[in-house]
Amino acid sequence: MNARFRIGDRVDVATRHQAGHVRTPNYVKGKTGRIVDVRGAFRNPELLAQGEPGLPRQYLYRVEFDWHSLWHDGPSSCPDRIIVDIYEHWLMTAAGME
Amino acid sequence: MSGDQEHETHGHGDNQRHDHQPIEHVHTPDHDPEIVILDQAIRELLEEKGIVSPAEMQQCIEALEGRNGGIRGKEMIARAWTDPGFRELLLSDGQAALASMGLGLGGPEFVVVENTQDVHNVIVCTLCSCYPRGVLGLPPSWYKSAAYRSRVVREPRVVLKEFGTVLPDHVEIRVHDSLADLRYMVLPMRPVGTEGWSAEMLAELVGSDAMIGVRPADCPVR
Repeated sequence: MNARFRIGDRVDVATRHQAGHVRTPNYVKGKTGRIVDVRGAFRNPELLAQGEPGLPRQYLYRVEFDWHSLWHDGPSSCPDRIIVDIYEHWLMTAAGME
Repeated sequence: MSGDQEHETHGHGDNQRHDHQPIEHVHTPDHDPEIVILDQAIRELLEEKGIVSPAEMQQCIEALEGRNGGIRGKEMIARAWTDPGFRELLLSDGQAALASMGLGLGGPEFVVVENTQDVHNVIVCTLCSCYPRGVLGLPPSWYKSAAYRSRVVREPRVVLKEFGTVLPDHVEIRVHDSLADLRYMVLPMRPVGTEGWSAEMLAELVGSDAMIGVRPADCPVR
């Protein structure tokens, strides 16, 4: 199994709402970010929390978001970034334009 | 029992709150009577069912408290300031750096991010309170507060200012939301005026605030 995304790829975060032990925070759902780090494949914590073996494993990425793109207020020149740990099954290739 | 490495859940509220009480003075619900009763009930059940003995529980608590204050984290940072090879290893492969000191987090991977003149890093776990307890000990109680967790991703500059950390506009703040199988530590900038200091002396300038990134390392007192 190979990681689907590489460093530099632009990705969209899924918008689905899911009950239980979800590790993707609401504030990045539906947002577009960039992959800055590809970590290993880990057991899926959403399934582990239900007492399952957590398989298939999911690649874990560090995904960077421009602060301004998350909150749409404040100065657009703001250089700040939020970097969020996200598992692969929450990510897809970015659809829209930058 | 490996509970110290697990996610500590304090509710999944990543909603925005505007609480103007300084974050360091925010109280976490650790002493809420309901939580105390719940804690006691769970302990008793675990004991009755023979899952964990009181002695094992005590051992775990002592092991964690013994590391409180981030002793190993301080050592790592002071060593990175004085040993360029170790600094490189710490930043490129935190796991390997931990292993070289006989340490590990028992599951999660260790990631170290470096503060520079242009980049300031700060760590949070917005969904719970993930923290590299295995090397930094227990987090400060404000780290687990809803106020810190929700506000630092929403208004990082305001939150840092409340800790007395005012950054020039051109400095890029990177907030790392540690939610999964990674645990983070900030490598702060070495304070000026510490040329020639030993690693032991330098370690005394590093507190958990600096390793989380809400404050720089302490300045030397002349």
